[in-house]
Amino acid sequence: MTTDVHQLDDGAWISVNDSREVNVSDLWLLARSDFCDCETTDFLAEGFVKVGVDHPDIEARIAGQCIACGASGITDWLTVGRVVDPKSGDFYGVVHESVHFPEKRTRLARTAD
Amino acid sequence: MPSKVEKWKDDVYGNEIREHLLEFAEQGWESIPEDEHDAWFERFKWWGLYHQRSGQESYFMMRIGTPNGVIKPGQLEVIGDVAKEYATGPADNPEFGDAYCDWTTRQSVQLHWIKLEDIPEIFDKLESVGLSTQQACGDSWRNIVGCPVAGKDKHEHIDAWPVAEELNETFKGNDDYANLPRKWKVAVTGCDEGCGQGDINDLAFEPAEKDGELGFNIRVGGGLSRKEARLARDIDVWVPPEQAADVAAGMSGLFNEYGDREDRFNARIKFLVDEWGPEKMRQVLQDEFVDFELETAGEDMRDQYTYNSGGNEGHDDHVGIHEQDDGNYYVGLNVLVGRMGADDTLELAELAEEYGSGEVRLTQRQNVIIMDVPEENLEDLKSEPLLEDYSPEPSPFMRGSIACTGTEFCSLSIVETKNRQVRYARWLKDNVELPADHEDFHIHLSGCTASCAQPQIADVSLRGMKTRKDGEPVEALDIGLGGGLGEDPRFADWVEMRVPADEVPGAIKNLVNNFKDRREDGETFRDFVEARDEDTLADLVEPEETDYHDPYMHNTKMTWYPYVEDDDMQSSPAPTNGDGEPLPSDD
Ligand code: HEM
Ligand code: SF4
Repeated sequence: MTTDVHQLDDGAWISVNDSREVNVSDLWLLARSDFCDCETTDFLAEGFVKVGVDHPDIEARIAGQCIACGASGITDWLTVGRVVDPKSGDFYGVVHESVHFPEKRTRLARTAD
Repeated sequence: MPSKVEKWKDDVYGNEIREHLLEFAEQGWESIPEDEHDAWFERFKWWGLYHQRSGQESYFMMRIGTPNGVIKPGQLEVIGDVAKEYATGPADNPEFGDAYCDWTTRQSVQLHWIKLEDIPEIFDKLESVGLSTQQACGDSWRNIVGCPVAGKDKHEHIDAWPVAEELNETFKGNDDYANLPRKWKVAVTGCDEGCGQGDINDLAFEPAEKDGELGFNIRVGGGLSRKEARLARDIDVWVPPEQAADVAAGMSGLFNEYGDREDRFNARIKFLVDEWGPEKMRQVLQDEFVDFELETAGEDMRDQYTYNSGGNEGHDDHVGIHEQDDGNYYVGLNVLVGRMGADDTLELAELAEEYGSGEVRLTQRQNVIIMDVPEENLEDLKSEPLLEDYSPEPSPFMRGSIACTGTEFCSLSIVETKNRQVRYARWLKDNVELPADHEDFHIHLSGCTASCAQPQIADVSLRGMKTRKDGEPVEALDIGLGGGLGEDPRFADWVEMRVPADEVPGAIKNLVNNFKDRREDGETFRDFVEARDEDTLADLVEPEETDYHDPYMHNTKMTWYPYVEDDDMQSSPAPTNGDGEPLPSDD
């Protein structure tokens, strides 16, 4: 089966194959991002704006703010987890407290809503 | 491309959801195919059921829409019974016990921990007395709000209640308007105090006079959600009461046709008004959606509006004892953060029968009103023990507190809200004194930017955030000041951001003291804020630890339920079967 990904309840969480997998209100550490001027952005996720699949990665752009400097906005694409085997559909979330590197998309991936 | 939710709605939506819902209920939670969970939970909202947050799978929040907040004789007892029998979950709330009702900011009732399997019985009980959960959530006409004492108020120019009732009857269950691009919130106001809060609704009817006749001016496109607060905009239309439903049909038809179905974040009509402007809204309404000539706006009464205007005049929040136009009295009781235990609700139903007509109403400030009390019953009613907890003469900090659902049940939330606000109000009552001329002081706490507690229109606005304290993440609040309605509504200025939640009561104390020291004679808090810039105001809010203790600093969203001993997500009993016994979960 293809991996089915969408954000629901006004961006409150990401559903992967009809299972709630990633929630708002977590803190993510973002490095090398131009989200704000902090060395690492201490990012509070307030809403999932876009989600997509770039096999095997599940990616999202997240609205929120840096709780160190207060800058708010929407991140570039972040990998929030992986579905390695689309047949089983099992989702492996990333550890949001560790450091992440948001990316500007350079190639086309499938976006969903 | 239409959004995923739109595709699900194309397949099944509106009234027809009911038969599926009842069949799933009959067969039990596990009968919902796993790969259809998202689609069905989205649809169930239309019948007033909202799947609770992570860690609470298989439990639902249930909303009952009570138009204009009117709970007719006999209905409150059933609400209390349903709460007592069905709204109990696997754990108790330390402030409110095991079963409770929430009175909401849109004059509805909300129950939690509802099991799918119990829904047929609950629907039977509610419907036997004319109550319904239909369209209480979802993309359609939501509960209609209005002046809570409509039809009984001395300040009323048009009786707004029959208008609200007609709109409810016309648009509840009406297939033509069942599947809108997004929620559709309507307010009807008939009095010169402005307590319908039309300014923050999608469609507002406001009292106005045209050529000596009383009717309504129309405003469109208000709303508070996200960081995109808007006031409803005047589209220069007046209608007589008998045409209110036609204009409402036209306006919601326009929204149906032109609202954005591709991007749910851009779907509310406030964004269409931004794009088109009020003149085009009027023109398209006239050309395509009504078959009579629209009148231009009449003379409104906004210059008399007192409700939430910061002026400490008028009946304002309806708490207290006030005379009705028929010589009876209504008795408004303060319900702290809008939550009342099921037993207390049953007791309230009895008091309303014994001393009044049995009718109770809900306000947009999460309070309740006992209607139609003859003067000779007032003293006895006042001495009832229930009124010690739900007072008609509460401290300004108790009566002014509003809190949304928050991390207890809500997926979007960032912080704990209701229990925290209860603790704030008690601490402020014991430790802070407002100037004597400020009987009303509104503090609204919302767990996120959706703004269900309407923080932007409070004296002190609190909004869920996080920060670090000694390196550790803790729950925090942004603090805004000086919002309110009235003739010239104003959204709060956000002046102090990411204040650790345990320093907020100290911040409010310092703010109130600074206000008392610096105000001019008779200056209201709202005028005081309006006269100062954000930096000056920020200096007056001095966050500080005090002897206030906050037990909810620890990222309550990461627990399965914030108040239990073993709150770890992995320890959640959910999902459970119809008897509340844990089922193996998907992961
Ligand atoms: C599980 C609990 C709840 C959830 C998940 C929830 C969800 C939301 C969301 C997503 C929004 C913003 C998006 C939008 O405007 O469409 C919102 C706004 C709002 N909700 Fe809630 N809500 C909850 C409880 C309530 C309750 C109990 C009430 C009162 C009946 C309420 C009243 C409001 C109001 C007044 C707004 C903001 C004003 C506006 O923009 O119209 N909400 N809610
Ligand atoms: S304001 Fe946010 S946290 Fe509070 S009930 Fe609404 S959606 Fe949930």
